[in-house]
This record gives sequence, structure tokens and C-alpha cells, in this order.
Amino acid sequence: MAILTFREALGQAMYEEMDRDPSVFLMGEEVAEYNGAYKVSKGLLEKFGPERVIDSPISEAGFAGLGVGAAMTGLRPIIEMMTWNFGIQGFDQIINHAAKMLYMSGGQFPIPMVIRGPNGAAHMLSSQHSQSVDPFLTNVPGLKVVCPATPADGKGLLKAAIRDNNPVCFLESEMMYGMKGEVPDGEFIIPLGVGEIKKTGKDVTIITWGKIYHKVVKAVEQIEKELGLSVEILDPRTLLPLDENLIFQSVRKTHRVVIVEEAWGFASVGAQISDRIHKECFDDLDAPVERVSTDFVPIPYNEALEHEVLPNEDKIIKAVRRVIYAD
Amino acid sequence: MSSKVKKSTTTDQGSELVALYKEMLYYRRFEERVLVAYTNQKFSGFCHVHIGQEALCVGVQKCLRPSDYMISGYRSHTQAIAKGIPGNQVFAELFGKVTGCSRGKGGSMHMFSKEHRFLGGHGIVGGQAPLATGAAFRIKYHKEDDVVVCYMGDAAMNQGQVYEVMNMAATWDLPVLFIVENNQYGMGTDIRRTTSVDHLYKRALAFDMDHSMVDAMDVEVVIQHVDKIVKKMRKDKKPYLLEAKCYRYKGHSVSDPQNYRTKEEVAEWLKKDPILVLGEKLKAQNLATEEVLETWDDEIKTRVRQDEKFADESPNPDLSEAWMHVYLD
Repeated sequence: MAILTFREALGQAMYEEMDRDPSVFLMGEEVAEYNGAYKVSKGLLEKFGPERVIDSPISEAGFAGLGVGAAMTGLRPIIEMMTWNFGIQGFDQIINHAAKMLYMSGGQFPIPMVIRGPNGAAHMLSSQHSQSVDPFLTNVPGLKVVCPATPADGKGLLKAAIRDNNPVCFLESEMMYGMKGEVPDGEFIIPLGVGEIKKTGKDVTIITWGKIYHKVVKAVEQIEKELGLSVEILDPRTLLPLDENLIFQSVRKTHRVVIVEEAWGFASVGAQISDRIHKECFDDLDAPVERVSTDFVPIPYNEALEHEVLPNEDKIIKAVRRVIYAD
Repeated sequence: MSSKVKKSTTTDQGSELVALYKEMLYYRRFEERVLVAYTNQKFSGFCHVHIGQEALCVGVQKCLRPSDYMISGYRSHTQAIAKGIPGNQVFAELFGKVTGCSRGKGGSMHMFSKEHRFLGGHGIVGGQAPLATGAAFRIKYHKEDDVVVCYMGDAAMNQGQVYEVMNMAATWDLPVLFIVENNQYGMGTDIRRTTSVDHLYKRALAFDMDHSMVDAMDVEVVIQHVDKIVKKMRKDKKPYLLEAKCYRYKGHSVSDPQNYRTKEEVAEWLKKDPILVLGEKLKAQNLATEEVLETWDDEIKTRVRQDEKFADESPNPDLSEAWMHVYLD
């Protein structure tokens, strides 16, 4: 097993899948000659040539839709958005076209397509570059939504997403591209819709995904030391479809839940998970589900303000204290 | 259906004209019957018919081969049939029946056929242009010489994503034939009130894209014009913007009172009715008499009633269909 950065793991997944299947191509802004705005596609142009690794104009709606049309006619596009904030320009094509084509054609036109790019806040990029789009996308039947937290998950899930026959929205993070981790070589597939217990524990379950997972890990080290608790960390990895059974099993074991997400909390994935837990595990709960999300304001530029509104370790620790009635 | 205009003998030419006439008349009677069914509340939702615009639909199809792709907007019943979907499956789709070409899950705006490479009627104005460009990308990817016909209405020419993909198609040589059916009204808005250019084909100038305008009220003119374009596109692979001047005799949709145009204007355009004009020509060339035209009309009306009967007698989808085709395993 090699130690790879998150960007290298994603690049390896694309390399292997493009090598395996000639119908897979990559299109997006700066993906070819510049080797990717965040260097995720480094080396792909050299290996696969300009017919399969294509620099697009800055026209997200246009090239998202081009991907849908290519998928309708038998290709398997990977569409890179430089950030999902730009991807919002392509939402008409993703929501009105990609997500519905199979259904409204009565099953005739599947859309095997991956739309991928960084999601959520990076650092001091202000309001238009810092949004978490997970809840926008998980509200749409026909889409799959994946949000990996580690290099290994990134590789295994991206390979599965490329082989999937449905439109898959793949949410990465600028802050994670340089993170390192062990990544299995070669054929390593993580099925979509399967979550993972990242750390077992018995007192509290923290459900989290994407880069906030790393803040949770740090917070948990502190909590376990200070409070003598045993905390379980559950990463659903795929947000749509959601691995509900894994969540229910963990809740039935620990009886206390904190959901930590980077999106705004109103009508979010965290809200949905909380609803499902209250419906299916009501008698198993020893405390109401606690939630940590981004404050309901646009993301500010100023470093201190940005830190204040995003989920942070302090907020996570406080939520855990509330759920165990420590205060 | 032959794929090109035959010019070898007078007889061939005559029978070709007769076939064009019958096909246009079939689409006219089909859409009229659709309107009757809608008025009688046999189906609901939106319903946009093509009455008056038959010459373009029939003419363009004559220049294509089965492997070419076609995609359109929400006014596409007859284009779907022209591309090969049996009329009775289109009628059944309107009635939401499981025998419809989209299993009753698309309706009037969403006719589809993978078999006939009809990539759908689409309900978001201009949204089909990127899809068409994607299909053309596939053609280039596989080094094929098919083309994609992308029908759009005049109002789609003010949607931003249309220009995003015209730029890509022109930059990368993707063979999309963008056909603007300029019936001059975007729903109830005269295109001149919302659009800065006097001719929509001029929009192609921004992309250095080949372009022209055609009188889409004359099926023979359409065939001659489009045949050249398609032949050229198969060779040079470049996209093309064709403005097709036409007129819809009915409202935008069934519920449109048409207060935005005068009866005199409609009457002027009715004189150019492509079916009427070709019927007169057939008579003048002794290819038909008034009695023969009436006989054909009766035959076609019977055919349309058969289409409707099939739709009437077809079953609704099982309720379990509501949860099918959301995802493909």
C-alpha cells in the first residue's frame, strides 16, 4: 500500500479507469495542459491525449450539458468543476437533465457521468467560493452524491462512481488535496451507498463526512482525554443513497448522536439523518440528537469571522458535552 | 423513407412529392386529433402542437439517415414521428400509457427513442443545445460521420447556455445542425420585442459559424437547402446555424388565447400553408385531383384514428412504475 495525497489518489482513480475503459473522458477548466487547477488530473493529458482530456471554456452549464449528451450516446464523462460553487452554473443540466433523463425516457437513457470538484469552504475565499452544496444535490432523485474524507476513500469511491450507470456528484475539498494517507494499489473499489465506522466507540456516535471529518478526529482526541469517553466516528461516505442501516446500528449501540456537517443546517443532510434516527431509533436514544453545521449566514472573508461561523473543534466538543449532559 | 431527393425521373419526382404531401398531411391531422383529444380532456398537462410547421419537420428528415441523432424542445410530437417513432406510440405517450415511447412517464414534452436516436423532447428552453453538443462530441470521439439535428424555438436563442455550446461546437468542430424554428413568437412575446438582431442566424457570426436562413413553409425548398448543409457537415464536421422561418397556426399551447397577433397576420400566413401549397402543385402537375386529395385525407384520418385507438386501448402503467427508472443498477 502506498502513501498518497488525496489529489494523487483521485488522479490514480481516473488514470486507472480511463486506462480500463476507452469510453471514459475528462473535461473541465484547466484539466489538460495546466494539469488541473489543483493538479488532480496531473499526467492524464500526457497519457491519454487531447481527445480524452479536454480543456473547456469557462462555461459550466455548457460543458455539464455536453457531458449529459455524451452520456446519452454511450460515453462515460468525468466533468470537473473547478469548484462546486461554479458547478451551480451547471445545475440546470445536472438537475433538470442528468437526474431525470433515465426516468422521463422510461428507462431508455441512463446517464453514466461523474461531476466532481471541491466543495465547501477552503480558507478566506468569502461567500461565493465557500458553499457546501451537499443539501442542494441530495434533494434530487436520480442523482448520487458522494463525499469522501480520506485518500483511500477518494480512490475507491471515485472508481466506483466512474463505473456507476447514474449521474454521480463527487464532492472534494481544496483543503484535503494535500492530505496524505495509505491507498491500496490497483483495483480498489468502495461501493457507493456503503458507509464506514472510521473509529469504534461505545458512548457517543459522531456522524460526519468530507473534510470536517478531520476536525472531528482532532476534537475526539481531546474529548476522550478530557471526558474519558469512547466516541464512535461514522462516515456515511455516500450521502445519496445513504447507508441508513449502518447509522441505526451505531445509534442502537451508543444511544447518543452528534451530527457534524459543513453545510448550512436548515433542510440539510444532517437534518435528514436526524429525522431518520428519531423515526427509527426513538426508543434507543438517551438524548436528543445534537447537530453542528455552518451558521446560517453567507461565509465571511475575515479569518476570525470565517472560523466563527464554520463548524470547528470547539463547537464539536460542546455538542458532545450537551449530548452526554456534561454541563 | 428515402434518405435523399430522387431526381432521376419525372415519375420518381412525382411520387416523391406525393409522399411529402401525405406525410405533412399526416402530421397535420395527427396534431388536430391531438387537440380534439386534449379539448375532450382525454389527457392533460401542457400540449404544444406543430400545426403550420410541418414542412420543416418533413424536409429535414429527408436529408438524414437513421444513425443521425435528433433532439428537440417541447414542441416535438411530429419530429419524433419523423425520426421513426410510430405515431401510435407518440399518441399513447400523450395519454400517459405504458405503450407510449417513454412508458407514459414523459408526456407531450418528453418523447424519447433510443432505437431511433431521438434524444428527446425537452422542457427547459434551450437546455437541449448542450445535450446535442454532447451527442456531437460522441460522434467526433468515435470518428463517425453522423450529424446531430438540434431543433430549438426562436425564444431559445436568448438562453445563455445555447451560446456556451455554440462556442464549443464551433471551436472543436462538433457537427450539430442547430435549427431555429423561428415561428416569431416566444409564447406570447413577439421575438422583435426581446431580441436585438433582425435575423437570428446572425448570432452565428459571433462564433464564426456557418449559417443561413430558409423558407420553412416550402418542403421542397427545405430539402434542397438542408441536403446541402448535411452533406457539407458530414465532410467538414462543423456546426451550422439554420434559421427556419415558419409560422404556427395555433396558439403556443392549448390554453393560449393569441391576443398578441392579428387575425390578418394569421390569414396572410395561412395562404402559405405548406400543405395547401403543395396540394395545389400536385393538382397543377396532374399528380392528383381534388377527389384524390380527399381520398388521401380520408385514409390519413383513418390512420390517425387508429393511432388514437391504440392509445385509448393501451393500459396505464402499473403504479409500481412510479418508482422504476430512478436509478440504473
